[in-house]
Amino acid sequence: MTFFEDPVVFLSNLIQDLLVGLNLAPSVVTFFMTLLGVVIVASFGLIAVIFLIWLERKVAARFQDRIGPNRAGPYGLLQTFADIIKLITKEDITPDNADKVAFNIAPILSVVSVLLIWAVIPFASGWIGSDINVGVLYIGAVGSFGILSVLMAGWSSNNKYALLGAFRAVAQLISYEVPMLITLLIPVLLARTMGLMGIVEAQSTWFVVYAPLPALIFLISSIAEIGRTPFDLLEAESEIVAGFHTEYTGMKFGLFFAGEFLHAFTIGVLTAILFFGGWRGPGAETYPVLGVIYLMLKALGGYFIVMWVRTTLPRIRIDHMLNFNWKLLVPVTLALLMLIAVLDKAFAGTALYLPALIAANLVVFAGLMVALRQLAVRQRKERKRFKKRPVAKPA
Amino acid sequence: MLDQWLFVGIFVSIAAVFPLLPLVMARFLAPRKPNRIKQETYECGIETVGDTWVQFKIQYYVYALVFLIFDIETVFLYPWAVSFDVLPLFAVFEGVLFILILAAGLFYAWRKGALEWS
Repeated sequence: MTFFEDPVVFLSNLIQDLLVGLNLAPSVVTFFMTLLGVVIVASFGLIAVIFLIWLERKVAARFQDRIGPNRAGPYGLLQTFADIIKLITKEDITPDNADKVAFNIAPILSVVSVLLIWAVIPFASGWIGSDINVGVLYIGAVGSFGILSVLMAGWSSNNKYALLGAFRAVAQLISYEVPMLITLLIPVLLARTMGLMGIVEAQSTWFVVYAPLPALIFLISSIAEIGRTPFDLLEAESEIVAGFHTEYTGMKFGLFFAGEFLHAFTIGVLTAILFFGGWRGPGAETYPVLGVIYLMLKALGGYFIVMWVRTTLPRIRIDHMLNFNWKLLVPVTLALLMLIAVLDKAFAGTALYLPALIAANLVVFAGLMVALRQLAVRQRKERKRFKKRPVAKPA
Repeated sequence: MLDQWLFVGIFVSIAAVFPLLPLVMARFLAPRKPNRIKQETYECGIETVGDTWVQFKIQYYVYALVFLIFDIETVFLYPWAVSFDVLPLFAVFEGVLFILILAAGLFYAWRKGALEWS
């Protein structure tokens, strides 16, 4: 094993030999190696977010026909560092009426909940923090802490706007968790494992080919989970000031901010892993570095779509948002899950497997379109029953 | 396997320490000049009236209740999906039946008006 083939394994063997050479007990060596791995993976996530904030501001600026940050450093690359310094040196205000404990834990929890997902992300062949056999379930579990942090922040602030934001978070984040968890189930079903490494290895054809509709639904419900435009009702700045983080200042606000950006990128990474083959690509098996590059490119593609949606669409009304979830996404995902399960059992291993799954997706999509059309026709009829409003004519 | 969980265990503690670092730095670097007006609840410059922690629109909680059913359902389905290869056809249809019963639950909640925002 040379350095160029697999630098991570090479270096970890080197460090392990060094520690064993120091006559440490094997358990201590394991502990140190694990600790080192944890620090590297966790800092990867947090360093990525510094770059991502710059990237998103640059891209969003281009969408809005601006230049974006361009003063601090080349191409404004140091802008985020300037922001961090500014946030750290700002006074931290805690309102007198706030519930101090929950108020202070909430921003930390919002970062932790996203960062924890990175523990099970497979970066390349053999490069994974922890290949636990319940990876997908773990993602669903730690992802729910994010909702908790929003709720804690909104409730503990003792501010009416923040409380409204928290209420909306309960309705929105919780609702969109349902289609997200069900669509997470479909790659698990296709790969027959919950371990993320296993899911990537099972994708000799990307799962998006078998399940394009679940991939789309996963992306939509994930965007809703981040709470970004068009689903940013929990921090709608034109209605409820800043929503759940109205009372937060300085670095505590900064943590919410960082958590949101990291979450958005993590969604891109998860979509890439679950539906777009993760680190798979030409040459990725022998040279794991290539795998990381493939994964990051795919993830940035997903992240770009998230940014694109954010800068393009306006915020939707709360009843529309909830109806969209409960009356459209949830029934569709349930139907897809049932169809894919039955077809998978019937055609697994045969030549008809791929056509059958694609046909299932098409049938569900066609059914959805017919239902939406009927709804539109009915609404149009409903509207005709009322007379036209008198229009003021110019004199 | 236990090593993998050791990783997750250490990760939890490190992940909690990382966001704490900037907060501790801010504690030393940031100015602290509290006063009564600054510590007040923000409400666009107006003094806040009445209690904030009140009973509020029930609709939000109805959604939370419906969510609870579906969340637990999905957790039950994960082992079913993982062991799909060894499942007999009967068990597959049992799983489908389970989803159908829940779909009926969703339909019931829908007709009952639990999903209406009014």
